[in-house]
Amino acid sequence: MSVVESKSNGTPKVGVYVCHCGINIAAKVDISEAVAFAKDLPYVTVAKDYKFMCSDPGQEIIQKDLRDGLIDRVVVASCSPLMHEPTFRRATAEGGGNPFLFQMANIREHVSWVTLDKVAGTEKAKALIAAAVERVVLHQPLEKTSVPVHPDVLVVGGGIAGIHAALTLADAGKKVYLVEREPTIGGHMAQFDKTFPTLDCSACILTPKMSAVRAHRNITLWTYSEVDAVDGFVGNFKVRVKRKPRYVDEEKCVGCLECIEACIFKKGKTDDEFNVGLVKRKPIYVPFPQATPLVAVIDPDSCVEFKTGKCPKSCAEACEPDAIDFNQKERIEEIEVGSIILATGFKTFDARRITRYGYGKYPGVYTSLEVERLVNAAGPTGGEIIMKNGEKPKAVGIVHCVGSRDEKTNRYCSRVCCMYSLKLAHLIKERTNAEVYNFYIDMRTPGKGYEEFYDKLLQENVHFIRGRVAEVSDWAMEPEEEGKLIIRAEDTLIGEVRRIPVDMVVLSVGLEAQPDADEVRRLFNISCSREGWFLERHPKLAPVSTFTEGVFLAGACQGPKDIPDSVAQAGAAAAEALALIDRGQVEMEPNTAYVTEELCAGCRTCSAICPYGAIVFDEEKDTASVNGALCKGCGTCVAACPSGALQQNLFTDEQIFREIKGVVSYV
Amino acid sequence: MSKPKVAFYWCASCGGCEEAVVDLAEDILKVVDAVDINFWPVALDFKRTDVESLSAGELAVSFINGAIRSSEQSEMVHLLRDKSQMVVAFGSCAHLGGIPGLANTFDREALFKEAYANVPSVDNPDGTVPQTEIDVPEGKLTLPTLWDTVKTLDQVIKVEYYLPGCPPPVKLIKNAVDAIVGGQLPPVGAVLAPDIALCDECDRRETKPDKLSIKEFKRPHATDIDPEKCLLAQGLLCLGPVTRQGCGATCVKANMPCTGCMGPISRVHDYGTKALSAMASLTDTNDEQEIEDILAKIVDPVGTFYRYSLPASLLHRSYMPDAQEGNQK
Amino acid sequence: MSNTENSMSTFEPRIVAFFCNWCTYTAADLAGTARMSYAPNVRVVRIMCSGRLDPQFVLSAFREGADGVLIGGCHPGDCHYQEGNYKALRRFTLLKQFLRAMGIEEERVRLEWIAASEGDKVQRVINEMTEAVRALGPLHLEPMSTSTVERLIPEELKADAVAQGGTHE
Repeated sequence: MSVVESKSNGTPKVGVYVCHCGINIAAKVDISEAVAFAKDLPYVTVAKDYKFMCSDPGQEIIQKDLRDGLIDRVVVASCSPLMHEPTFRRATAEGGGNPFLFQMANIREHVSWVTLDKVAGTEKAKALIAAAVERVVLHQPLEKTSVPVHPDVLVVGGGIAGIHAALTLADAGKKVYLVEREPTIGGHMAQFDKTFPTLDCSACILTPKMSAVRAHRNITLWTYSEVDAVDGFVGNFKVRVKRKPRYVDEEKCVGCLECIEACIFKKGKTDDEFNVGLVKRKPIYVPFPQATPLVAVIDPDSCVEFKTGKCPKSCAEACEPDAIDFNQKERIEEIEVGSIILATGFKTFDARRITRYGYGKYPGVYTSLEVERLVNAAGPTGGEIIMKNGEKPKAVGIVHCVGSRDEKTNRYCSRVCCMYSLKLAHLIKERTNAEVYNFYIDMRTPGKGYEEFYDKLLQENVHFIRGRVAEVSDWAMEPEEEGKLIIRAEDTLIGEVRRIPVDMVVLSVGLEAQPDADEVRRLFNISCSREGWFLERHPKLAPVSTFTEGVFLAGACQGPKDIPDSVAQAGAAAAEALALIDRGQVEMEPNTAYVTEELCAGCRTCSAICPYGAIVFDEEKDTASVNGALCKGCGTCVAACPSGALQQNLFTDEQIFREIKGVVSYV
Repeated sequence: MSKPKVAFYWCASCGGCEEAVVDLAEDILKVVDAVDINFWPVALDFKRTDVESLSAGELAVSFINGAIRSSEQSEMVHLLRDKSQMVVAFGSCAHLGGIPGLANTFDREALFKEAYANVPSVDNPDGTVPQTEIDVPEGKLTLPTLWDTVKTLDQVIKVEYYLPGCPPPVKLIKNAVDAIVGGQLPPVGAVLAPDIALCDECDRRETKPDKLSIKEFKRPHATDIDPEKCLLAQGLLCLGPVTRQGCGATCVKANMPCTGCMGPISRVHDYGTKALSAMASLTDTNDEQEIEDILAKIVDPVGTFYRYSLPASLLHRSYMPDAQEGNQK
Repeated sequence: MSNTENSMSTFEPRIVAFFCNWCTYTAADLAGTARMSYAPNVRVVRIMCSGRLDPQFVLSAFREGADGVLIGGCHPGDCHYQEGNYKALRRFTLLKQFLRAMGIEEERVRLEWIAASEGDKVQRVINEMTEAVRALGPLHLEPMSTSTVERLIPEELKADAVAQGGTHE
């Protein structure tokens, strides 16, 4: 493990390159002082600076010095390694050096962007440069290992994003497992009637895609199923999928729905999930007539047979193909895939949390999703806006930003609510000719055709009141307010508080992360952002990747977005997965642990520590042994090893000790 | 060729290292034959002037045991250094500071107070403590200054080799003497013992479970110790994994956990924190409160993990915020 | 605190931070991207996981001149490598006991769980810790002897160190 074994024979020659990053770094770090300081550090033979080190000419400076033999190790003091470590490692390799004889000093994200005083910033930058130089001197020339990538893909979530990703991949010839928790795919889009801004019929554009999924020979569709466990790593995931029992044999059921007709319940008693509780369903049901797959499901919580064992089972009698099977058991499927796309979608904000809007208190207050079902021709009211009291509303108030842009609930804007509020305003006006009032804070209509849609609404005699609704109540102040719901809001454009009596209030609820997002993301070893959405690797440059290689994101699970963006993101995620599969190999970071066998006494302190089982005691060698393919490079075992026999490539004890010395003893 | 001249000297030590030399038994005769002992005040009547009268580098080897904690010890070892071609730090105290090193959790004032005032068997109403000089009718009498901080030998003079152990195992002493006499020494700065942990030569190695983890740390006096099984696996704080071998695991053979007298393997910078890291890593829980409870059973982390090596550790001694540089002597 | 009072007003603590790559280091980057300014006294050493933190590093940081050490890891349950942060917690707990027995003030070593999106927490923790350590004053450790310095030079560089005329102290 001596320097002599490295490519360069003899003393290390370190080149230090300090980046200005335009004025991003140069404004708060005195570059020439940093360069002068670097020049005096031990082993430094070259110290230079340049405006943009990551650019081609910047990289060329490093490469020329390598080719001329002036340096054999590189330190770049610039932005975060999370940004450009791969860039500069590649540049070093292309210049003829080993890409791992390289270290970055983060003097942008950690210095110039966070330090107000230039003198202090320069001192801190010098310390970080010294640390990098001290450390890089002990780096070893490493080679990356490659592992093959399994060509199959797992898509979790069968909404529009998951469907689109699955179809894209399947069309490219890859085998896709599409796992959906509900008994049908389609997600929220299946619940909508028309989609903005074109007012396309949602089902008309969605159902062909759903059928395509069902029919595609490359897609294995598992509905009413959940991912139970994920093991492995990029290119080589082992996933356990739990297939919940429908108590109906999927192979045999022809979707005739006779069983539902025959059920001993003449009327449904359970809240119908697809219709957001507006109607009831029977214990045996299909979510909606175009459900894919069109297979009945028995809900054991409400089914008499499951509760008492004494049902005549008229459903089974009515079933000609004999598909009903009360003894069906949960099944576990174990699959191997190379990449995973998460498309688990969103949930709507629970309007009960804002009590002053009266949801759950006044029957005339609806959420937008409930109204979507009302306006849907296949919904509980056949597309007519008929309220719970059986009447059509003559005046409707639509309240924007319920559970969005709100310090008390969610600070963010849910992005789609202005557009769908306008859409609902249009549809309600069309179906009822009621007076429609939209209470908004701002009109957010940025997409293609969105502003034009808003213009159209402005022509349609819909009233727009700019003010956040303070409360909805049934307390009448004037005779004409009797029996109505009063919406109180300040109309900020005229500076007055107004009371608008309406029959129906529609709460435009915001989007939130799914309630189990935290558990799901642990399954896949990714992170969530503050608000609970899955965290992307980089908000601008890597919006569909995560910090876990091989796991990608698509659709609203990453953040609120509309259908065009969900589809676009799904395509992007599919492309990332395809790129991975086509590469065929994935390079593993070589920062794995290794054992120096002569030093290992077999004390077994390490073998219980590794959560991946990458360290075992090798009986033959009589020492600990690291499986490089399983090792993820966390270094936990290295810190535990009592004799220093275990070390981690790129993070050896000595390298870190030198870095500590550099970071605190010079400046 | 004349026989190489050697010296044996002791500083802050217990005398065990001197006895270890005697433990060479018959082999001591071979040693006595092979070398010319010029200075061994413990065994024979040697005086300081015997060393002073030597010329520089006249001694081939000085074997110095004991830690350095007084001005006299410092003077003596400097003197021996001057007269020796090679100095071997003999035993834990010289190598790492040893048991006296635990005084580094106090300072001189605290030690004197304890020894000359607080101890129940002392009757010292005036609170008199040792002075470094006193005037008597015959003139001035002086005593060496006791330092606040115990130091290892190499923190005071340059040392070529280290013989670890409390005391160094006889086998290692023999090997060392043979190597010196025969001129077959490793590079300067080496510790003259195998560079691998005790577990490697311990009889109980085979009984280690594949996944070692500890739910409760036990103290030797408060538990029944299975004489066959790995002590660490039984929850005893056996520091075998952290400690150099070469002693034949004598303590473990006597059914007591290793306390780490042979010091660290070469890759380790600080014995105590490495031991601490290893033992903490083994606790079998992820719950914050449970972790605290299990580790609270380790009642004296300094005494347990730095029993022999506190002066050699990265901190050298406990922190005295009011002390200034140079005040430590 | 005697004659260090004057120097206390100009005392700038030096704090070494060990940040885990996936959560804390990312959060610190986020603080940078969001231009959150904080005290410049903390210098970050990047490790892949807080589980890599060997307590020797903490002592080494103090030995090299740091007045405080900050350790950052992912929240319990969120470790990118499953459980590394729990091992860090185990070691830190025992290390704290040890440091207390050695008389080093508790505020000088701090373990914080910081998620990747918590740039503001990085800012707050760094500012808090800088002030806490400033109030304690510099950590004047017993100076390290030359022999210890030499002993700690890695094998590969010993020859160079000698050639360059001794250690870099």
